[in-house]
Amino acid sequence: MVNKQGQTRLSKYFEHVEIHKRTSLEADVIKSCLSRTKGECSFVEYKDFKLVYRQYAALFIVIGVDEAENELAVYELVHNFVEVLDKYFSRVVTSQIMFNLDKVHIILDEMILNGHIVETNKSRILAPLLVIDKMAES
Amino acid sequence: MPAPIRLRELIRTIRTARTQAEEREMIQKECAAIRSSFREEDNTYRCRNVAKLLYMHMLGYPAHFGQLECLKLIASQKFTDKRIGYLGAMLLLDERQDVHLLMTNCIKNDLNHSTQFVQGLALCTLGCMGSSEMCRDLAGEVEKLLKTSNSYLRKKAALSAVHVIRKVPELMEMFLPATKNLLNEKNHGVLHTSVVLLTEMCERSPDMLAHFRKLVPQLVRILKNLIMSGYSPEHDVSGISDPFLQVRILRLLRILGRNDDDSSEAMNDILAQVATNTETSKNVGNAILYETVLTIMDIKSESGLRVLAINILGRFLLNNDKNIRQVSLYTLVFGYVALTSLLKTVQTDHNAVQRHRSTIVDCLKDLDVSIKRRAMELSFALVNGNNIRGMMKELLYFLDSCDPEFKADCASGVFHAAEKYAPSKRWHIDTIMRVLTTAGSYVRDDAVPNLIQLITNSVEMHGYTVQRLYKALIDDISQQPLIQVSSWCIGEYGDLLVSGKCEEEEPIQVTEDEVLDVLEGILVSNLSSTVTRGYSLTAIMKLSTRFASAVNRIKKVVLVYGSSIDVELQQRAVEYNALFKKYDHMRPALLERMPVMEKTSTNGPTEIVQTNGETEPSILETKHMPNVPQPANQANDLLDLLGGNDVISVIHTAPPTKLVSAGGELLDLLGDLSLSGSVPAPGPPVSISQPPFLLDGLASQPLFNDVAAGIPPMIAYNKNGLKIDFTFERSDTNPNIAVITMHASNSTEVEMTEFVFQAAVPKTFQLQLLSPSSNIVPALNAGTVTQIIKVLNPQKQQLRMRVKLTYTHKGSSLQDLAEVNNFPPQSWQ
Repeated sequence: MVNKQGQTRLSKYFEHVEIHKRTSLEADVIKSCLSRTKGECSFVEYKDFKLVYRQYAALFIVIGVDEAENELAVYELVHNFVEVLDKYFSRVVTSQIMFNLDKVHIILDEMILNGHIVETNKSRILAPLLVIDKMAES
Repeated sequence: MPAPIRLRELIRTIRTARTQAEEREMIQKECAAIRSSFREEDNTYRCRNVAKLLYMHMLGYPAHFGQLECLKLIASQKFTDKRIGYLGAMLLLDERQDVHLLMTNCIKNDLNHSTQFVQGLALCTLGCMGSSEMCRDLAGEVEKLLKTSNSYLRKKAALSAVHVIRKVPELMEMFLPATKNLLNEKNHGVLHTSVVLLTEMCERSPDMLAHFRKLVPQLVRILKNLIMSGYSPEHDVSGISDPFLQVRILRLLRILGRNDDDSSEAMNDILAQVATNTETSKNVGNAILYETVLTIMDIKSESGLRVLAINILGRFLLNNDKNIRQVSLYTLVFGYVALTSLLKTVQTDHNAVQRHRSTIVDCLKDLDVSIKRRAMELSFALVNGNNIRGMMKELLYFLDSCDPEFKADCASGVFHAAEKYAPSKRWHIDTIMRVLTTAGSYVRDDAVPNLIQLITNSVEMHGYTVQRLYKALIDDISQQPLIQVSSWCIGEYGDLLVSGKCEEEEPIQVTEDEVLDVLEGILVSNLSSTVTRGYSLTAIMKLSTRFASAVNRIKKVVLVYGSSIDVELQQRAVEYNALFKKYDHMRPALLERMPVMEKTSTNGPTEIVQTNGETEPSILETKHMPNVPQPANQANDLLDLLGGNDVISVIHTAPPTKLVSAGGELLDLLGDLSLSGSVPAPGPPVSISQPPFLLDGLASQPLFNDVAAGIPPMIAYNKNGLKIDFTFERSDTNPNIAVITMHASNSTEVEMTEFVFQAAVPKTFQLQLLSPSSNIVPALNAGTVTQIIKVLNPQKQQLRMRVKLTYTHKGSSLQDLAEVNNFPPQSWQ
């Protein structure tokens, strides 16, 4: 997840990438997504991946997938993810994501494991997180 | 020590940093604080510190000192600690660190924990980053959890199993019994991950694939329920029930149905149902349709279904949504190529895709770069004899206006298509001219020889061609390929130009001097490359025999370049000078018109049949011409000609000197030449020994120096876009050995990788196969793979060969056997 200025708000790698390479990779990816105009489609080819990106207000969510993936389905997945965040944070805004990064990671882990979709049902995804929250309060 | 600040505070602080340096400072300060806090072994704040560390890690700062702390957190009993610990482990650790092994025990314990969430955490971590040792140790636990009734755990266990199988493929068997009941689940999460697990197993092992084929009916049933079930709030996305699961099942069906008639048949109905019933107004529906189309194309579906699929794609193309257009173009390319290679339903499917041709051509004008590219590829694939004129118009228009990155590919594509389907020679030449003038500088280097050869072969169009090229040249001398082709043509056909012989068009009035002006202009221009200058110098030279009144002028030009700084030009000029002085009597013969060339392959330089039996002689050391700084192909060739001409005539008239060259012998011949003072006129019997090497730029290509002892080349194999040509030479050392060069070219859009050529010959022969130039055959005849085959044939029997070709094309590996029997007699006699 990146904002318009190119600052990474959240990043998750399902394939190992050296840490010093990550920043340049992220910068590259962001550049190719940010430079797209309104009229262009949401799928960009980058090296040997495809990038699927979606813009929500000032936040870009980019998912890199390999050739075999169905881009339209991934596009829907992004939206599903945002809906889950919306449900948890009740109308999510970027700052909430920033300050609750660990929780967002937990949500992401519940949805995607090692690059595959685990669960898409919102209540089931949020269940463990709500349990944690209750434990933390008590 | 004051309590470490919370993550929130840290984030707030960092956000206030105005420069990168300031941010770095803050981070370093905080890192120091965290480090001292870790040293104090304070359990209460460890969690907070690691969270902060993770944040800093995400920003790109090193955080490896936190790895051990993560382990400590994992080992703690508090759930919140464990959570952050595992998260940290997943983000900071990977297999390469030794620390990561220490986690194994923790994970093992946690996999058996009483709280499902803890178990879930452990599964998640194992599934993301377990090393092969860890996987081996813990596979048993994962398998146990795969059978549990707790759906939360089961789904995670399924994905961990996928990871385990990836890391340790031998363990796949272990999970087989657990998969029996997976599809009976009601829980979609479990279903989804089970399908993923099954997919992974099928992809890895053909036995598993065969085993799981029996699940096809069950999968079909699940899919049917999803479609028919109506509104289900749990998994609904825009009115469609669990589209993600649908897509996943479709993909598994694709793998199961590939190459299997029975499974494919079982799927036909459901695929048709999905294709027709899915709501297309939202992107979700389209995602499912897309996957369905991909599946239909890939399995052995019936033709009606395929037409349906193509129509869906055609509809996609008309859709306003860019994403859908892009995706459908891509599939159409793939689908079209896949379809056309099918033998049985080619006719119906071919037409089905053609129907959408106009939509595809419209996409060429789209704003989106990736859509344009796909549309271009697809347009080239759709070109055929019927639509060539219309399509070419559109493509040329596209060439004019497209981005530079496309121009090279588009130009090559146009040449290729024009060659295959040109309705008339004039149209072909016009098209080439258009490409050269609009995208001349992007044309690939190998296009120039191809064009020259094409022009030579269109004998009746010479006048027209040279006139048009001349006009283009006057306008613009910046595009190198255009100048090269033009100057070559003017050199060859300048006389037609001046005499105004042109049937097709209004002939232009041009004098010899004007032509020479233009050519000299190219020579001196800063825009011309060395190769181009070489072309134009040689063209000028050739005109010395064609232009009656300009010989002196040409002599002067040639003299000037005799002292050019450029080695190549100097070389040529010096030799041309020598032609004027010592060998003037030979000049007309040498500079005569090029004969029609025999074309053997659609790419690369052409094969010219040689009758002088010489391989490339390195005779320059013994050359007796003055002022030659370095040997160059040009000089080589010239001497070859001098020698060659002579050799042939010697055969005809006098007791033969040896055909095979050695430097000394050639010199002798030359010596004979000057003594005898006359050269037999190169009459018809030796017409083929005409100066082909005066094809300047082409001479530098090695194939032109392949001098076969008059053995014509042949096409050995031509199927599915893969063409194999054989060219022949006699070995220098042993006349019983034929040296065959295999050229493999690929006319499809997709390159062929892992290409392996094998050959076998009957027992009386001996075969030696040298290593190939590469094992990737580039697409669209962009290049060839060559390999040298030496065949020893002591008994002079008829050569037969069996060839085996294996290659990977579009993801599937193909193999073919063929017999090659049509070897020309000269190759084995």
